[in-house]
Amino acid sequence: MARLVILGAGIAGHTAALHARRKLGEDHEVVVVSPNSRWNWIPSNIWVGVGVMTPEQVTFPLAPVYEKTGVIFRQARAVSLHPEGDEGAARPYVMVESTEPGKSGARERVEYDYLINATGPRLQFDATEGLGPEKNSLSVCTAGHAAQASEALDEAVGRMRHGEQQSFLIGTGHGTCTCQGAAFEYLFNLEFELRRRGVRDRARIVWISNEHELGDFGMGGTFIRRGGYLTHSRVFTESLYTERGVEWITRAAVKQVDRGEVHYETLDGREESIQADFAMLLPPFSGVGLRAFDRDGAEITESLFAPSNFMYVDGQYAKKPYEEWLPSDWPETYRSPRYDNIHAVGIAFAPPHPISRPMFSPSGTPIYPTPPRTGMPSAVMARQVAFNIVDKMEGREGTTRTASMARMGAACIASAGASTLRGTAVSMTVYPIIPDFQKYPDTGRDIRYTSGEIGLAGHWIKHLLHFAFMYKAKARPFWTAIPE
Amino acid sequence: MSVRRPFEQSYYPPVPTPLTKAMRTNWVWQFVRFIVINIRMLRMVRMH
Ligand SMILES: Cc1cc2nc3c(=O)[nH]c(=O)nc-3n(C[C@H](O)[C@H](O)[C@H](O)COP(=O)(O)OP(=O)(O)OC[C@H]3O[C@@H](n4cnc5c(N)ncnc54)[C@H](O)[C@@H]3O)c2cc1C
Repeated sequence: MARLVILGAGIAGHTAALHARRKLGEDHEVVVVSPNSRWNWIPSNIWVGVGVMTPEQVTFPLAPVYEKTGVIFRQARAVSLHPEGDEGAARPYVMVESTEPGKSGARERVEYDYLINATGPRLQFDATEGLGPEKNSLSVCTAGHAAQASEALDEAVGRMRHGEQQSFLIGTGHGTCTCQGAAFEYLFNLEFELRRRGVRDRARIVWISNEHELGDFGMGGTFIRRGGYLTHSRVFTESLYTERGVEWITRAAVKQVDRGEVHYETLDGREESIQADFAMLLPPFSGVGLRAFDRDGAEITESLFAPSNFMYVDGQYAKKPYEEWLPSDWPETYRSPRYDNIHAVGIAFAPPHPISRPMFSPSGTPIYPTPPRTGMPSAVMARQVAFNIVDKMEGREGTTRTASMARMGAACIASAGASTLRGTAVSMTVYPIIPDFQKYPDTGRDIRYTSGEIGLAGHWIKHLLHFAFMYKAKARPFWTAIPE
Repeated sequence: MSVRRPFEQSYYPPVPTPLTKAMRTNWVWQFVRFIVINIRMLRMVRMH
């Protein structure tokens, strides 16, 4: 009997757990450790944030699904890894701290033979003064945050109905944020909603981000073939902002969020402020801060985790300039270089470097997006890693499956307004996610597979995907037929 | 659409014509696009 322990039940961890359980014989165990009792389809949080969905519609309890599928569930937060065990325990283990009502804070050792770290991001609101739902800005990163944003939106609309003007600031709350796509979706859903509620004329809407240009999205932007030209995503994005009357500030690092005012530094060194009655600003992400200890109890966190707290895997982490970045720097098997029974997938693994070019202000403030790891690649790498581990647990010698983001495409639907008949969304495909300027010298990507368009069809697909992925995550009949 | 004034940031980007905008929510055309986008996405999924 062998045991696979998965830390995190988000898009990556849950995918790995369901696939591993389905493939493994009864004599092996799959254990999931996650602090939340509910699964969240995070992409639909933006709809919770404008009041068109409720938190209950985008989440469901995990325990019944794990009971049905035979996965052992511990509602707990992993605190430290002990990959060599310790004096009292020969097997490697994870120290976990319960978050279950009634048992909260109780510590337990969970032994493992194989470990997948899929703990996702820590939302680093503390990186910027005044940032976050407990302080002066809003977020849509969790269903709870999004519900709070929706209430704030209702209040703002109430004020507008009484004749007040309101200023909305949407974007990134720090110079090194990622996930611009999520903020973009919230921006246009908000704009759509204000029009639907008949108050758009009383709103000034401004986008603020650390991107060098609009349309960067943390992947250095992309080129799309349209109307006889190869056109950069910047042009299409600026077009949409102009069409919908949204102003934009790019190359900006938000430094401080006060009630009603946001202060930022620009790449050329200016210190500026902007009024914001309503500010939805995403936080930067780091790893969740797991620590690691060797058999003697000496701390080895630095050899397993990057300074960002994301876990080192099989990427090339040697520092080098942008011009020398290679697709082969990106990990393939997501295995820890120090312990080959430990893996990290989804947002939890340390990227070797950003995708967008790093930029610094004259005072040295980093102002550039860190690399996004969206749902589709997170789930694909989780599945591949789960299958590799299953092979090992069952003693099969097979070829190791890989999931390099440099050889993987991404399909992404970014909502720009939720309505069955009048909604729109941007439908994008990008191949490969990591640009390969050796293979595609002009644009870094294969133009045949890179596309983008906006329309109602995108909204229908985004809405269908919501139901499809909720269905799949509940492991309902034929869930494996729905691709990652 | 916002008022476009020379030298302001919104003066320069291309903006869609009324026909382009209408086609974005034209159900018949969007049904065709629905099929095309799904095929594109499935092609992307099969590459993994
Ligand atoms: C608002 C928003 C909208 C988005 N929209 C899209 C979209 O449209 N399309 C798309 O592809 N991507 C989208 N993304 C990105 C997508 O959500 C992420 O790529 C995806 O969630 C990453 O999966 P993950 O499993 O790595 O992390 P998560 O889904 O965040 O899961 C992490 C899990 O780890 C758990 N955890 C945390 N700490 C611990 C600990 N100490 N011990 C054990 N478990 C722990 C968490 O509770 C959670 O269950 C969006 C993101 C946001 C914030």
